[in-house]
Amino acid sequence: MSTNSKKILFLFLILIASISFGICKGSADIPLARLFLQANRQILYLRSARILLAILAGAGLSVCGTTLQAILRNPLAEPYLLGTSSGAGLGAVLAIILGISGIYLPFAAFAGALLSMVIVYNLAKDNKKVPVQSLILSGVIVAIALSGIIVFLISISADEALHGMMWWLLGSLQVYQLNLLFIVGGIVLFGVISIAVLSQDLNAISLGEEEAVHLGIDIEKIKKILFVITALMTGAIVSVSGMIGFVGLIIPHMMRSIVGPNHKVLLPAACLGGAAFLVLCDTISRTIFVPVEIPIGVITSLVGAPIFMVLLKRRQKIR
Amino acid sequence: MESLLKTKDLSGGYGKETILRDISFDVAKGEFLGIIGPNGSGKSTLLRLMSRVLSPQSGEVSFEGKDIFRMKLDQFCKKVAFVPQDTLVNFSFSVQEIVLMGRIPHLGRLQLETKRDFAIAEKALSLTDSTYLKDKGIDQLSAGERQRAVIAKALAQEPVLLFLDEPTSHLDIGHQTQIMDLLRKLNRETSLTIIIVLHDLNLASEYCDRLILLDQGKIFTDGTPEAVLTYQNIESVYKTVVVVKKNSISSRPYVMLVSEEERCRRG
Repeated sequence: MSTNSKKILFLFLILIASISFGICKGSADIPLARLFLQANRQILYLRSARILLAILAGAGLSVCGTTLQAILRNPLAEPYLLGTSSGAGLGAVLAIILGISGIYLPFAAFAGALLSMVIVYNLAKDNKKVPVQSLILSGVIVAIALSGIIVFLISISADEALHGMMWWLLGSLQVYQLNLLFIVGGIVLFGVISIAVLSQDLNAISLGEEEAVHLGIDIEKIKKILFVITALMTGAIVSVSGMIGFVGLIIPHMMRSIVGPNHKVLLPAACLGGAAFLVLCDTISRTIFVPVEIPIGVITSLVGAPIFMVLLKRRQKIR
Repeated sequence: MESLLKTKDLSGGYGKETILRDISFDVAKGEFLGIIGPNGSGKSTLLRLMSRVLSPQSGEVSFEGKDIFRMKLDQFCKKVAFVPQDTLVNFSFSVQEIVLMGRIPHLGRLQLETKRDFAIAEKALSLTDSTYLKDKGIDQLSAGERQRAVIAKALAQEPVLLFLDEPTSHLDIGHQTQIMDLLRKLNRETSLTIIIVLHDLNLASEYCDRLILLDQGKIFTDGTPEAVLTYQNIESVYKTVVVVKKNSISSRPYVMLVSEEERCRRG
């Protein structure tokens, strides 16, 4: 077995371990063997749904982050950079203010994500080309504008709506609708597979756009496809789980330091690593201050930042 | 001689600005052609137009008799490779991974590299004397090593035509000679056609069989180094005083610049 296959297998085992850990832990710890008893059926069902969402969100956000870091050739790129999440956030906040909730809330958020994607893309477009610098700038500008509107809406809204908004903006893996989970799962799966098919193109693009053209890659077309796919994935994930920060930024870097930059290996690694990371963070968020649940965004930042700092220092040492 | 690449009334630039006007010339198979000219004369733009990075504003470029923009991009890239001035890679790809990327035009999207692709990459590495760099990260190499790795990637494309845009401008004379010697060897032994943009007139004189001197987006002269590198041509294009002598070793033209102080002293 090659070193890379071993590393992927290792990551897979870590994911299995985190799932087993996460499913047993909770407000009540139940050993794995007893979890499948009739009496615990409900708990098993709830925790499985939640872990499934953690896997989808973790894998999806990490793959989007990896892809955007390659096409934008920017180490700070992450799924939220291009404004999709702020669009989703505005959609959700508006929905909460208008008293729309339950199953319609994710749809409002997704609509917001799509709208911001269209705005960002058209702002960046210059003739038939979409230069990555303009894409980053228009993404950041749209995100700032939308965040301004979000904060404005929060400041004028009634107290009872506030809690719901804050909770949504910080991210949560609570599953309200199992059906929605399957729709999001379908979108994430489709996105991950499409991006994996383009992993060779991603390798070439990470050398530079002109370099990729010299290797026969229709760069503008590939960029468009990847931008739309990552925006759809991010929009879908954010609309059910809120804005879970840091995963899409840190996991790609972490995996690159483990398996290297070749996307044929990096993308599967990001999938597994992202899923495991989020399952673990979610377990912590549910169990650390029982019965209070800490927003998962807080945990990802608090766990992620130190790991990121260690990585950064290690890289400086190598140089 | 069989014509490989041809430009006809080619004009091009960026946005509405036109940098090159009415460029027409013919490159035969196996030629070693240097493109020279002052900053802003359109050398890199010409290379971009010929390698499909930039679409022409008018006129056309044909390769093996076909308009390059009518060819499928990957078909074109199976035969034509490009080496830029310097390649800065953010990610730590190994040299072998970089060289294998040269096989991308030959591979289908979901196709993995075969033994043959690895063998071709291996050969490209040995041609550029960089086999020992194989497992090193591209971001850990010196400028000279990096340039050899990038040339190896271009060779792994198995091109019949190789474009190079000032590939030696960041290198010392030792590495410059090494790269240029390698190109000449490839040109002589495998009849690889080479079109290279160079700043250094003496390097161009020493290695190229033919030179095109650009001035303000037009061809000023086109011919052998002896015909192109005369002091009259250079002085009128570069607006500086030079003396051209014969290199006593290769008997090619050798351009010497003259400082202002010397000019005043000699009147």
